[in-house]
Amino acid sequence: MSDHTVSLPAGPGTLEAYGPSGPKPRHMFSRRNIFLYGTLIVVALYYLLPLYVMVVTSLKGMPEIRLGNIFSPPMEITFEPWVKAWSSACTGLNCDGLSRGFWNSVRITIPSVILSIALASVNGYALANWRFKGADTFFIILIVGAFIPYQVMIYPIVIILREVGLYGSLSGLVIVHSIFGMPILTLLFRNYFTSMPEELFRAARVDGAGFWGIYFRIMLPMSLPIFVVAIILQVTGIWNDFLFGVVYTRPDTYPMTVQLNNIVNSVQGVKEYNVNMAATILTGLVPLIVYFLSGKLFVRGIAAGAVKG
Amino acid sequence: MNANGSIAANGTSVSIQNLSLNFGAISVLQTLNLDVAEGEFIVLLGPSGCGKSTLLNCIAGLLDVSEGRIFIKGKNVTWEEPKDRGIGMVFQSYALYPQMTVEKNLSFGLRVAGLAKDEIAKRIVRAAEILQIEPLLHRKPAALSGGQRQRVAIGRALVRDVDVFLFDEPLSNLDAKLRAELRVEIKLLHRKLENTMIYVTHDQIEAMTLADRIAVMKGGVIQQLDAPQTIYNRPVNRFVAGFLGSPAMNFLDGRLEQAAGDWHFVAEDVRIPLATYAFEKDPVPGPAVFGIRPEHVAFNSGTGWPFAATANVEVVEPMGSDTLVWLKLAGQNFTVRVTAERTPNNAEAVGIGFDPMRASLFDAATGNRL
Repeated sequence: MSDHTVSLPAGPGTLEAYGPSGPKPRHMFSRRNIFLYGTLIVVALYYLLPLYVMVVTSLKGMPEIRLGNIFSPPMEITFEPWVKAWSSACTGLNCDGLSRGFWNSVRITIPSVILSIALASVNGYALANWRFKGADTFFIILIVGAFIPYQVMIYPIVIILREVGLYGSLSGLVIVHSIFGMPILTLLFRNYFTSMPEELFRAARVDGAGFWGIYFRIMLPMSLPIFVVAIILQVTGIWNDFLFGVVYTRPDTYPMTVQLNNIVNSVQGVKEYNVNMAATILTGLVPLIVYFLSGKLFVRGIAAGAVKG
Repeated sequence: MNANGSIAANGTSVSIQNLSLNFGAISVLQTLNLDVAEGEFIVLLGPSGCGKSTLLNCIAGLLDVSEGRIFIKGKNVTWEEPKDRGIGMVFQSYALYPQMTVEKNLSFGLRVAGLAKDEIAKRIVRAAEILQIEPLLHRKPAALSGGQRQRVAIGRALVRDVDVFLFDEPLSNLDAKLRAELRVEIKLLHRKLENTMIYVTHDQIEAMTLADRIAVMKGGVIQQLDAPQTIYNRPVNRFVAGFLGSPAMNFLDGRLEQAAGDWHFVAEDVRIPLATYAFEKDPVPGPAVFGIRPEHVAFNSGTGWPFAATANVEVVEPMGSDTLVWLKLAGQNFTVRVTAERTPNNAEAVGIGFDPMRASLFDAATGNRL
């Protein structure tokens, strides 16, 4: 560390002669860097260790797992558990693995994301730009909705869905997800549209564009970042949802998370740790991929949509 | 105060009748009347918060009025949509659509209106030629300088082929040099198009140079509506007198007195004879404010003036083309504008003189012109 410091010859005029010139010397092993990167590495390891154990275990056969060395790498790599988790693990009466839940989740997530974002963006746009009478009251009511605990709403919604004949169907769950996404998404979009210059909106009105004209031709093309944020929030949120999935669907329409729970928590027969690990990783893959692909955009969008009065 | 200025013989373009606007309990515009003649260049001038931009937005149809009526070209447009009013508007922040090229920005309104493609192309070519923005047509606003953006914004109003142009402080975001250039261009544009233009600004130089008539506003009320020279030389009240002119008009507090049939303005030892002053109404003795512009005061030029005095220079402010000299007259601050060559020294005793014909007298209580 100290061997990297530059020593200046003492004497008058030193600074003029040896003052800064050229790139600043970097001390790779300074105390500050060691502390900083040391901490980061420790924290990263702490978070990565469970994932490592999962991946390693999912690639082992059951005899090897019974040896009990959970940190040791697999001696014989096998993809058998992954195949089983995807296509033949049993949940209840069905023995076609997680694939059924995966496609159920896809069929739940895609329409829910599209529906909730379409509604919330128009909501936010109307609240931000067309300040209709009672807009503020409406907005407050919507925000209060974000603070009502889900548990309070579960049973009334069961009754409502039953009455309209959607209980147990995927469309029922799609509607529930869309409604519960509304407060936070509307807030997100309203704040984003509020931060756009108002004169732009006025110019578009003078140019003769109406409510939908301004929305589709002026506002939408300018709001890609906030749409990306909303998509990430909704995809991960809806994919990871367990509570609504287990309450509002039937066994053959269970989303992937519920099915995963049923596989892992089944009490019959031998606990197949390798299959459980593979199934868990498979289920978590979708949000993981979304985060990896959109990391930078996500941060930018969150900053852009930060709460503003 | 009512502001029915004279209407030019060739008809009224925009007519605002008894217009009021309230935001809740706050009254922004109060029973305002304004008639703008066809082809006239009207400037709405006032400090921030005086309601000038609000008035413009009402004319544009971007704000719903509380009371009153707005006519454009003889048609009652009070409740019409902005697009149906026959107006084009230019905003302070340019308000160009960032995702569209200049060409798309110009044509947006026309495309919304469903005009034929060749008609749109024709109008864009014409506007681009007038504003000399042909080389920029395929750029996006982000790749333009401030001056270029404002040209495009003006172009967007131009292609709409409208009768009335509305400008909302269009030059305020530009630096001083560009502002002066575009000011001249807007004036040339007006001469070329002969449209009616309503222009909002807080910059008195823009107002003086551009306007056929200026409407000076304060607190949602038009204080004075008249030709720039009239407003400059015969302001109707103390607010208008102080708002226009840089450096600002000198104000002396004192009294009106009558001695041997002649009226005088008296402040301490200073007695200004008012024989040459044209009173608006018969004067009565009492407190008053005497106002005279620094450029109307003669400096070291003999004693042939109706009023002359000597005073000591307190501060000298050289401004390049001329110099502002600060003195004390009747114990109150008094400035004189002097050509740069005649700049005096500090504490030098100098002679000043002026003709009260060019001065303004105001009632001390109401501020109205006497």
